[in-house]
Amino acid sequence: MSQNFRLNTGGLINRDKPIEFKFNGKKYIGYEGDTLASALLANGIHLIGRSFKYHRPRGFFGAGVDEPNAKMQVEINGCSEPNINATEIELVNGLSASSQNCWPSVNFDIGAINNFLNRFFPAGFYYKTFMWPKSFWYRVYEPFIRKAAGLGIASLEKDKERYEHKYEYCDLLVTGSGPAGLASAYAAAKNGAKVILAEDKPRYGGTLLTDDVTIDNLSGKDWSEKIISELKEMPNVIVKNRSQVFGYYDHNMMVMFERTGDHLEKKPKYTPRQRLWYIRAKEVLLSTGSIERPIVFGNNDTPGVFLSAAAKEYMKVYGVLIGKKPIIFTNNDSGYETAIEFKKNGVNPIVLDTREDQKSELINEAKDLDIKIKFSYAVIVAHGYKKVKSATIGKLDKDKIDFENTEQIDCDSICVSGFWTPTVHLASQSGNKLKFNDSIDAFVPDKSKQNEHSLGAANGTFTLQDTLKNSFNTGSEVSKSITKKDEKIQIPNTNERKYSAHDKFWCSPLPKGKNYKRFVDFQNDVAVSDIEVALREGYRSIEHVKRYTTLGMATDQGRTSNLNGLQLVANVEKKIVPQVGHTTFRPPFTPVTIGTIVGREIGKEYMPTRKTPMHHWHEKNNAVWVDAGAWKRPRYYKRGNENLFEASKREAKNVRDHVGVCDVTTLGKIDIKGPDAAEFLNRVYTNAWLKLPVGKARYGVMLREDGIVMDDGTTTRISENHYHMTTTTAQAANVLSHLEYYLQIVWPELNVNVVSTTEQWAGAAIAGPKSRDLLAKLFPKIDVSNEALPFMGYVEGDLFGVKARIFRISFSGELAYEINVESDFGLFMWEKIIEIGEEFNVQPYGTEALSTLRIEMGHVAGPELDGRTIPYDVSLEGLVSKKKDFIGKRSLAKEAFNKADRQKIVGLVPLDRKSSIPEGSHLVENKNAKLPNPKLGHVSSSCWSVENNNPFSLAILKDGKNMIGKKLFAVSPLKNTSIEVEVMSSHYVDHEGKRVRS
Amino acid sequence: MLNIKCPYCGDRSQKEFAYGGDGTITRPKLNQEISDEEWDNFVYLRKSPRGKHIELWHHIAGCRQWFKVERDTTTHEIFRTFKPEE
Ligand SMILES: [Zn+2]
Repeated sequence: MSQNFRLNTGGLINRDKPIEFKFNGKKYIGYEGDTLASALLANGIHLIGRSFKYHRPRGFFGAGVDEPNAKMQVEINGCSEPNINATEIELVNGLSASSQNCWPSVNFDIGAINNFLNRFFPAGFYYKTFMWPKSFWYRVYEPFIRKAAGLGIASLEKDKERYEHKYEYCDLLVTGSGPAGLASAYAAAKNGAKVILAEDKPRYGGTLLTDDVTIDNLSGKDWSEKIISELKEMPNVIVKNRSQVFGYYDHNMMVMFERTGDHLEKKPKYTPRQRLWYIRAKEVLLSTGSIERPIVFGNNDTPGVFLSAAAKEYMKVYGVLIGKKPIIFTNNDSGYETAIEFKKNGVNPIVLDTREDQKSELINEAKDLDIKIKFSYAVIVAHGYKKVKSATIGKLDKDKIDFENTEQIDCDSICVSGFWTPTVHLASQSGNKLKFNDSIDAFVPDKSKQNEHSLGAANGTFTLQDTLKNSFNTGSEVSKSITKKDEKIQIPNTNERKYSAHDKFWCSPLPKGKNYKRFVDFQNDVAVSDIEVALREGYRSIEHVKRYTTLGMATDQGRTSNLNGLQLVANVEKKIVPQVGHTTFRPPFTPVTIGTIVGREIGKEYMPTRKTPMHHWHEKNNAVWVDAGAWKRPRYYKRGNENLFEASKREAKNVRDHVGVCDVTTLGKIDIKGPDAAEFLNRVYTNAWLKLPVGKARYGVMLREDGIVMDDGTTTRISENHYHMTTTTAQAANVLSHLEYYLQIVWPELNVNVVSTTEQWAGAAIAGPKSRDLLAKLFPKIDVSNEALPFMGYVEGDLFGVKARIFRISFSGELAYEINVESDFGLFMWEKIIEIGEEFNVQPYGTEALSTLRIEMGHVAGPELDGRTIPYDVSLEGLVSKKKDFIGKRSLAKEAFNKADRQKIVGLVPLDRKSSIPEGSHLVENKNAKLPNPKLGHVSSSCWSVENNNPFSLAILKDGKNMIGKKLFAVSPLKNTSIEVEVMSSHYVDHEGKRVRS
Repeated sequence: MLNIKCPYCGDRSQKEFAYGGDGTITRPKLNQEISDEEWDNFVYLRKSPRGKHIELWHHIAGCRQWFKVERDTTTHEIFRTFKPEE
């Protein structure tokens, strides 16, 4: 298909490189340098989608981020993405786009019936219509709304693309490469500042590409190219196109979204698709420009209605005519620039100017070109369903609230210009309270709350000369204060047209008896009448009006609708806009893909994986892994067809009968040194620590200040002023922070240092009746007898040339030892244990068997120390010193902690000796009681007791002390089980603890 | 994301720090006679002021030192950071 609306010359596209693409299944040709929007317009395609609520036909309206309508489902490099703005995506070979929000097709859309039923879709219709009956919400209403109102379709497939994050620091970040951005970046760069200049579009220059101006006798475009090429040569400058700074966060943290891949036909393998930049800038210069405001009139959403500056940009940048019979509808001089551009390209526009017989340089120029101008005229309504065919226009009366006469004229497009709105989003995000500027009818930045300055049009400065002057000066001043250099820069001479005053006209009145829909927010389908309804119903705050009508809540963030919405509220309320105020601007300024936000942190890169030095041995020996925080731990070692239950039973039984070895490297280890170390431990733990001899370990419990158990573990006195503390795997980091807090903030007078040594030591626990025999063979030079190395003893040894620490401690309740060697020798130690242990039937055991062993012994762990239990609850009250003070002790005196029927740990066995009790089950007296059934406690840990060959559980039970021997029910609504259990002591095996001391 | 000046390491991103609560609280002395009410105030009661506030922060991914930050809780402006003994 030929490009009927493409100009033969002009524009910045490359006519030598045609590009084939698809839209709604049909093939088209565009050129390199096109956007999807400009290429479609070159082919005369205007109808591109249906509106959100009424399913009205919609066409292009803008040429960049201002575009509210052209959201498309785009397939590019085999990845499908919804809601892509066609005015922002660059054309590449093979790109395939389709319309959204229309079914079965954009030309015939069943949902358009909503347009004819629109009296049923008033403002707030979601709130009004779908509130009841309640049961209808998820069955009827929600699926209906989702189908009818859905934007694009998110792909269900895994995103194959690569996304990256990047961190950068700079003196100045300049957002936007129009005249203000170029001038300020250049001045700052000359002063030696580290500058980042970010441009959202592929081409640098902003309005310099489309405005008829000269700077130092160069065209705007040539001047911007000259500055950019100089900046690119400077080592202290980063220049980035296709990069949108979308968020302004605390302390000048700026977030930028760079499109690195989608515009490339063949993307190099490691080039990401998109990149997220976190930029900490000392100063931010906001040169984000301004966006043209629409003028509101009847059926102003008909395809063929454009912003006037967009029409000009399509001609000047893309060599595309948006129409061949345009009406320019303007309240200021900008519209004339578009009219002149049309005329230069052989098209005869007609200008409707709402002002009375205005005079200016531009208007004279237009008159000299024989452009037809009608003053005091406005468009009342556009005609045509899928495309503008004609318009009813009218002569405004003196007050501009009615028309003196009306007529219908043919046209194929209407270009509106309602003056300019500074793009203040980032300034507002920074905390800058905006102020209303009467002379431009828009909000501009006020006092800075962070280190930012707005420049040029973003600050309401609309002349090139003032923009350049202010921007060169600000760039110099701000950078000078950082670099202390002051390079003088000659401010260039400019040549630009002078504008005359604009008119405040923003909305065409309705002629009597007419009820045309006049849209304020295209993307969310909010018309003038919707806002009037909201106000009639009593909504006053602009934030409420916004939420009730959804004005400005679409993905375009109300870029074109915001001020007209405020103007309307102000008119109805008989206020002025600054009294109405504005809604909050929030990041992101433009939509950002989830892929970019996530970056590389997906799958196994979501968090780091911690592996012990023995990891590969476990892997080779069929370990089945379990996550313990970031650690990978063997849950069990699978033999043949064993399942978890069978394997863990075998491993646990082998410990009870022979000897097992478990990788305990993941336990937290903290080195504690200093003359006051014993005193410190005495304050941290609930039991006494002042008299622990060198070469002995002790079990300790630490509390939080509120009396709740924080962690437990053993600490060993290695030498006079040196202790080795162990923590649970889960609490290792918290315990270290806790100790540091008390040493640095609460008791700085204590001379103690703590440091984590978890990574420095590899640990292996050997447990079982044969563990001493094994230990003796591992350390033939050491006397490992019960007398020389008793329970809770410590000795250092030589493991075949490797220095080792041997602790006689036990978690399994068996005779057991823990050997630590430096991490580099962890695998060596492990393999020696396996090799030498063969004659004693040594087997590795995983966390499941470890749990079984500790549960049947009644040793508490994470499930019991769950942040709700005090020492008494878990039968550790014997470790609470009555004599000394310690962290959390005062809380233990609380009344609730000393009630006679206080909860306590107990053991449970099912009466049938067969049914496993699900962890988390609730304990109740009567399983059939009326709900809510009073809960007496809960099951914290369950196992299959290998010693007694039946299920056994630990539970925290109200008045547990006096419940031994009672029968209760363990009910789990989740597992749908109800098991009768007998309450018994939590120590199911070796009640006296003989084995550990044997 | 805040930019916090660790008094030991200098300017770093918030990512490296953990918030540590109210920096104006003093723990009662060990073995001190103290009423239930006073103790409960120490353990549980914290002000949530709007505006300037002194907080504790912990440079967990850095020097592991606890220090104090004077910060505005509404604007997030940081006025100063200092060592606990200062
Ligand atoms: Zn630090």
